[in-house]
Amino acid sequence: MPDLTTLHYTTEHEWIAVDGDVATVGITDFAADKLGDVVFVELPEVGGQVTGGTVVGEIESTKSVGELYAPVDGEVVETNDTVVDDPSLVNSDPFGAGWLVKVRFTALPDGLLDHDAYTALVGE
Amino acid sequence: MPDLPRSSPLGDIHVALGATFTDFAGWSMPVKYSSDLAEHHAVRTAAGIFDISHMGEISVRGARAGEFLDATLAGRLSALELMQAKYTLLLNERGGVVDDLIVYRNGADEYLVVANASNREVVAKALTSAATSFDLAVTDVSDGIALIAVQGPRAQEIVEKTVGLDIVPGQASLAEVRYYRATAATFNERNVFIGRTGYTGEDGFELYVDVRDAAALWSALTVAGAPLGLVPAGLACRDTLRLEAGMPLYGHELGTDLLPEQAGLGRVVALAKDVDFPGRAAVEAGAPEGARVLVGLVAEGRRAGRAGYAVVATDGTPVGEITSGALSPTLGHPIALAYVDPDSSAVGTQLAIDVRGSRIPATVTTLPFYSRKK
Repeated sequence: MPDLTTLHYTTEHEWIAVDGDVATVGITDFAADKLGDVVFVELPEVGGQVTGGTVVGEIESTKSVGELYAPVDGEVVETNDTVVDDPSLVNSDPFGAGWLVKVRFTALPDGLLDHDAYTALVGE
Repeated sequence: MPDLPRSSPLGDIHVALGATFTDFAGWSMPVKYSSDLAEHHAVRTAAGIFDISHMGEISVRGARAGEFLDATLAGRLSALELMQAKYTLLLNERGGVVDDLIVYRNGADEYLVVANASNREVVAKALTSAATSFDLAVTDVSDGIALIAVQGPRAQEIVEKTVGLDIVPGQASLAEVRYYRATAATFNERNVFIGRTGYTGEDGFELYVDVRDAAALWSALTVAGAPLGLVPAGLACRDTLRLEAGMPLYGHELGTDLLPEQAGLGRVVALAKDVDFPGRAAVEAGAPEGARVLVGLVAEGRRAGRAGYAVVATDGTPVGEITSGALSPTLGHPIALAYVDPDSSAVGTQLAIDVRGSRIPATVTTLPFYSRKK
């Protein structure tokens, strides 16, 4: 699991780990817990372009459907096939093995939250 | 003053167990404690303990109580034996379902009517206003009663082993109580009424206990049950369990604009009884030609249709709508209950579910989706 204080967060409860020009994206433990047990994950195609703020995938639990938003503009360079085969990883290891997509970006958008701001947002 | 959701008499226990809460019919109730899937599987393989204290209980007492209920509800309640239960309906004059109920005969001249939390007041009001000419006592006793369900193949063993819960001499033992029958016990020197009923498709019991004893009884049940695999179980798994068992949920499969026959509950309406009751004429007249009927749908893959999603024919023509749906935790494929046009309702009919723009093939199947091995 990465150091959570080094991550960026969105108000849509996604986390972003930046390594050079590649952003690894997942959903937070708070979001995973709110969804309940995740049973289905649909991710965008590798090689496709995504636009920040648009829906690019779905995360379904036994009781509801969550949407995955692209937090940045860019190209999908990798998706996590392991989590597609075993969606429970989103619950058991949301910041680690439960990562969802990697996007190559040119610039991070404004308005991302740091760890303190995100924990304040979710009231933890 | 804002309408804050009500807390169950077991609220403190749920907080201590780390439950996640949801607002349900004006109550703050546990939706899950850990993992709703794990809770679901525990009920299918061992047992789960549920707090369903939000349910409404209305006592009907008097020499003419059976006669009164026959004239008010859809079933023939006067025919119930002592400590027998029946699933029944309260209908409106149009034959629509006001609520689905379990009615117990808990005394020679006494019945207990168990209503959904969201309909407690409307049911109590309907019974009270109908009772005026029968010289009865109709009392909403919900606030004094906590309701704990223990469901799963190990349920009987767990309730039997619960320290301090003793069957009243002369009443049926837990092994003797049949499905939809009840027995009486004591706990802390007060009565506990125990029905062999449930909403999960498993064997199990529902224990009606004085609110003052609820926390102690919950603890005693969990102490007895933990070594046998009993886990606290929330409303999330209760919904997937009842869906697998093909049981309707008021507000989804049942409502004031739906006739019992549309929901597959025609048999619940006792048209053979020689008494008028609300909705009788409308039920006898039957649903209008072409009225949609409730069916079960199964699909492949993992994407589930959800309540409100459209059901279409293979050519894309809309034929209905899903009322409840999930990826079945036990079966591993999507299941759904849906209202569809009669000519699309035959078992084996190939249909499709519009899952947010993509069409997932689905097949009409018999209900329930899951039945336990007896």
